[in-house]
Amino acid sequence: MINLHGYGPSILEGTLLTIAVSLAALALAMLLGIAGALGKLSGSLSMRIAAQTYTTIIRGIPDLVLMLLVFFGGQVLINQLAPLVGYEDYIDINPFIAGVSTIGFIFGAYMTETFRGAILAVPRGQIEAAYAYGMRRGQMFRRILMPQMIRHAIPGFGNNWLVLVKTTALVSIIGLDDMVRKASLAAGATRLPFTFYLVVAFNYLIITSISVYLLRWLETRYSAGVIKA
Amino acid sequence: MDLSIIFDNIGIYLEGLKTTAWLVSLSLLLGLLLAVPLAVLRTAQAYAIQAPIRAYVYFFRGTPLLVQMFIVYYGFGQFDVIKTSFVWPLFKEAWFCALFTFTLNTGAYTTEILRGAIEATPHGEIEAAKAAGMSRLLMLRRIVLPSAFRRALPQYSNEIIFMLHGSSLASVITLVDITGAARIINSRFYSPYEAFLTAAVFYMALTFMIVFLVKRLEGRWFAHLRPQETSRG
Repeated sequence: MINLHGYGPSILEGTLLTIAVSLAALALAMLLGIAGALGKLSGSLSMRIAAQTYTTIIRGIPDLVLMLLVFFGGQVLINQLAPLVGYEDYIDINPFIAGVSTIGFIFGAYMTETFRGAILAVPRGQIEAAYAYGMRRGQMFRRILMPQMIRHAIPGFGNNWLVLVKTTALVSIIGLDDMVRKASLAAGATRLPFTFYLVVAFNYLIITSISVYLLRWLETRYSAGVIKA
Repeated sequence: MDLSIIFDNIGIYLEGLKTTAWLVSLSLLLGLLLAVPLAVLRTAQAYAIQAPIRAYVYFFRGTPLLVQMFIVYYGFGQFDVIKTSFVWPLFKEAWFCALFTFTLNTGAYTTEILRGAIEATPHGEIEAAKAAGMSRLLMLRRIVLPSAFRRALPQYSNEIIFMLHGSSLASVITLVDITGAARIINSRFYSPYEAFLTAAVFYMALTFMIVFLVKRLEGRWFAHLRPQETSRG
């Protein structure tokens, strides 16, 4: 076994934070993704343009640049806005919030594409039939569209999730104590950078491997009743 | 917004652009050169050949680029074997570590893209090549690889863009690429919007340029698949 010189618990703490950031960002990304997909498929031109601009901009800019923009820029913006509402103290932006919101915002754009494709994959006739039965929009979404689109969304969703987990490594740059930063601290103290970064790399592999396993199970579940060619 | 900061310091951004450009293009080129033989070997029958390539691809696709870069840049110095060897003058340089990591990273992703494309070769084409008496290498060169490259192009264009975006991490290990330039401007003038939005514009311009170039290349490579114009008699 590798000797972690007592930094094991610290790395584990960082791992938990990495998972927390990932899950929080995923929740935000899914909300934005659903909103974006509905926007792209909506009848209103302005909604379509807004959704299109969102995904185009996100895919053109590196994650790190966006994160630094939100972290440093958000700091300036908040401190410019706060006095306007009568708040005088200096506000420090929380790196957890900056990290989660940036990653959520970025992956919202990728989720938009995934969900858009999944919605389009549900046969049009199913939706028409639901309306013909007199279902309301919300009922149609919950009973007909949702259960069928999930199946089509899972592969893309899974890919996005795996990339998202790896992207969370960037939060260490804005000072959040995720496992990469914990490894940096341990590496600095013990002069064993290779050991600690390798341990962290394997932690990522473990997280992604478990995810792949769970996603496969989910896919089988939601494909029940589908006859494979 | 005070854009005069940017105009006065545009030189730093242009230097950064130069760094980003050579770093990305060189690692893509080397990564591709690495990926072609690996992808071919990966489709081999023998497990002993497949297994190490699988492990390489699994590691580099499953871990963050940032961690890989830290392992190379900070980690390799941990071993005296490396420190006393002839490669150390290279590995103590940030630019080399970035180039090395990016090459291996894009090499792994490209191997996987090419493998998919090679495996999708229609069986009939291979049978025809064998029937024509081609050797394995000749068949690879004339039949399998040209059509695999064509099938891989759309996915590979995504990989190019990912590499461009990933290269912004080089700024973390002190390199002054476009992001590095923005970080210098931000810390010098405390003007995050101007600094990072300018960087964002640079990256967007590069991204659109790549998309445009790949579209043109697709137009050439897929020319024979375009619906032909028929003369109306």
